[in-house]
Amino acid sequence: MAFLEIREVHKRFGPLAVLRGVDMSVNEHQVVCLIGPSGCGKSTLLRCINGLEPIQGGEIKLEGDRVSGPGVDVNRLRREVGIVFQSFNLFPHMSVIENVTLSPMKVLGFGRGEARDRAMALLSRIGLEAKANEYPDRLSGGQQQRVAIVRALAMEPKLMLLDEITSALDPELVSEVLNIVRDLASQGMTMLLATHEMGFAREVASKVCFLYDGVVHEEGPPDKIFGSPDEERTRAFLKRIIEAGRL
Amino acid sequence: MTDIATKGRVGTLPTLPRRTDGLSLAALLFAGFCVLCAWGATRTIAGALDHLQIARDAAWSTFFFLVVAATAALFLPAFRSWSFSRRAREALSQNNIVEARIDAAAAREWSYITFGWGAAALVLLAFASFIMANNAGVGRTFFYLPLIAEKWDLVVLAFWNNIKIFVIAEILVLIWGLVVAIARLMPGPAGQPVRLLAIAYCDVFRGLPAVLTLYLVGFGLPLSGLPDLIIPPIVGLFVNFDGMTAAQIKQYTRIPLTWYCILALTLTYGAYVAEVYRAGIESIHPSQWAASRSLGLSYLQTLRYVIVPQAVRRIMAPLLNDFIGLQKDTALVQVIGVVDGFNQSRIIASNAFNLSAVTIVAILFVLITIPQARFVDRLVERDQARMRAAS
Ligand SMILES: Nc1ncnc2c1ncn2[C@@H]1O[C@H](COP(=O)(O)OP(=O)(O)OP(=O)(O)O)[C@@H](O)[C@H]1O
Ligand SMILES: [Mg+2]
Repeated sequence: MAFLEIREVHKRFGPLAVLRGVDMSVNEHQVVCLIGPSGCGKSTLLRCINGLEPIQGGEIKLEGDRVSGPGVDVNRLRREVGIVFQSFNLFPHMSVIENVTLSPMKVLGFGRGEARDRAMALLSRIGLEAKANEYPDRLSGGQQQRVAIVRALAMEPKLMLLDEITSALDPELVSEVLNIVRDLASQGMTMLLATHEMGFAREVASKVCFLYDGVVHEEGPPDKIFGSPDEERTRAFLKRIIEAGRL
Repeated sequence: MTDIATKGRVGTLPTLPRRTDGLSLAALLFAGFCVLCAWGATRTIAGALDHLQIARDAAWSTFFFLVVAATAALFLPAFRSWSFSRRAREALSQNNIVEARIDAAAAREWSYITFGWGAAALVLLAFASFIMANNAGVGRTFFYLPLIAEKWDLVVLAFWNNIKIFVIAEILVLIWGLVVAIARLMPGPAGQPVRLLAIAYCDVFRGLPAVLTLYLVGFGLPLSGLPDLIIPPIVGLFVNFDGMTAAQIKQYTRIPLTWYCILALTLTYGAYVAEVYRAGIESIHPSQWAASRSLGLSYLQTLRYVIVPQAVRRIMAPLLNDFIGLQKDTALVQVIGVVDGFNQSRIIASNAFNLSAVTIVAILFVLITIPQARFVDRLVERDQARMRAAS
C-alpha cells in the first residue's frame, strides 16, 4: 500500500474544472516530482492534499486513512503533512525563531525552551542560526525560503509538499534551497514536489508525473520521462522546456 | 563635419529663460503691502488697548516696532529676487544664456519665498486683527484672561470626567470591536447567524447618532428597571443587605450615570472600530492564512497569532481617528445630565456672559489628542524599525 494515494480526484473552481480524475501515489521515502505546464493544477493538487482546498470527487488516503472529504480532522492531517509555498509566506511580524517555534508550541505543545532548542538545531543545519532573531524582510529570498522549509520541518511531518519553492528566487539563490531538498531526500524524507527545475527533478526524483489536462498524463522514472516519453504531449512540453533552456 | 556640428547646435539651441522682472516687481510690491497691513494691525491693537485703558508703555511700542520690522524683513528676499532679475537681464544682453537661466531661476525662487512667508504673515496679522477688532470684542469674548484665571480649575476638574469616560470606553471598545469583527468574519454556514447579528449591530449603531444612543441608554435603561433586576442580586453576593432600608440598598446598587455614558459610547464606537478591525483583518493576504493553517494552527489560533497581530499594526492610524472621535463625543454626555468639561464651562459662560471658559475646554480637547497622535506615530515607527533592524 502506498504512503499517499490519490484516487480519481476532481477539483473545480466554479465552472473551471482544474483536476479531472487525478490518480497517483507516493511510496514511503519516495521523492515524486510533479511537472506540467503553468496553470495545469500542480499547486491546486498540493493544496488539496493538505486540506487547504476541498475536493469535489475522488479520495485522498494517507497511510491508508482517508484524509479528504467531510469529517476529516484537517489540523491533525496538517501535523503529518508539511507544505512549503512558492512565495515563502513567512509571518512578517515574527522573527525567524518565532516563525519556526510558533506551531510546535501551539499545536504540538512544546515548551518555549524546548521548541527553541529544536528550532536552533534545525536552523544551524541550514546555516541560518545567526539569523534567528532577524525579521523576514531582512533576509534574502533564498534565506526566507530555507526558513520556510525549516518551519515546516519543525512539525516533523511524514510527508513534505513543496510547491515550486525556487521559482520566486533569483537564479543564484536557487541552489542553496535545492541543496536542502537534496539533503532531505538523502535522509529518506517522503516528498511530493511541483517544480519547473527539470534538471533537479531528473536528479532527485524516484518518479515523475506529468500533469496535463486535469489528469496525470504520463508517469514513470525520470530517465524514462525525460529520455524517451511515450506520450506526444509530454514530448511537446519537454521540447518547450528545453527551448527555454531549463533542462 | 562643422556643418553637422552647427546643424546639431541649431536643433538643441538652449531655450531662452523666461523674463522674471515682473515677478520680482510683484514680490517687492507684495512685501510693501504686507508692511502696510502690519502697520494697520498694530493700529487696531493700539486702539483696543486705549479703549481698555491699558497703558501703552515702552514694551508695547517695542512690540509694535518688532511686528512691523519682522514684516519688513520680507523686503530682503524681494530685493534679492530683483537683483537676480537684473543680473539675468544683463547676462542675456551679453548672450550668456546659461548664466541668465541660472539667475532667472534664483530670481523666481526668491520671489516665491517672499510670497510664501508674506502669505503666512498676512494670515497671522488677519487673525490678530480679528481678535482685537471692535476694541478687542472678539478677544474679550473668547480669551478673557481674568475669567480664565478664576475658573480654569473648575473646568479642568469637570474635564476629568470626560477623561475617565473616554479612557474606560476606549479600553472596552478595543475589546468589543474585535469581538464584533471576528463574529462578522465567522466562516461557514454555522457562522451565518452570528455574521448576520454582527452586521445588524454595526448597521444600527453606526447609523444612530451618538447623542441619540446616549439618550436612549442613559434614560431608557434605568427607566426600564432592568438594572434594578440584575444588579442587586449580583451586589448581594458581596454585601449583606439584611437590615438595610430600601434607600440604603439603593446606594449600593445604583449604577452611576457615568457608566451609562461609557456603555453608550462603547456601543456606538464599537461598531466603528469593528469595521476598522475587519478592514485590517481582510487586508492580510490569504497566503498568510494558508501558511498558518498548513502548519496545523486552528482557525482561532491563526487569528490570534498570525492575522490579528498583523492587522492591528495596519490599523493604528484609523483606530486613533475613531478614538479622537470618541473623545470629542464625551462632550455629549450632558444630555443625560452628567457634568463634563463642556457642560461646566457653559454654566460659567452663561453666568459671566463670556465664552472664555468654553475656550478652556476647547483647548483641553485639542491638547489631549496631540500626545496620542505622537504616541501612535512613535509606536508605528518603532514597530517598523523593529521589523527592519537587525537584532
Ligand atoms: N482560488 C482559485 N479560484 C479560482 N481559480 C483558481 C484558484 N486557484 C487556482 N485557480 C485556477 O486553477 C488553475 C490551476 O492553477 P494552479 O495554481 O494549480 O496551477 P499550477 O499548475 O500550479 O501553475 P503554475 O505552474 O503557474 O504555478 C488555473 O487556471 C488557475 O487560474
Ligand atoms: Mg503553482
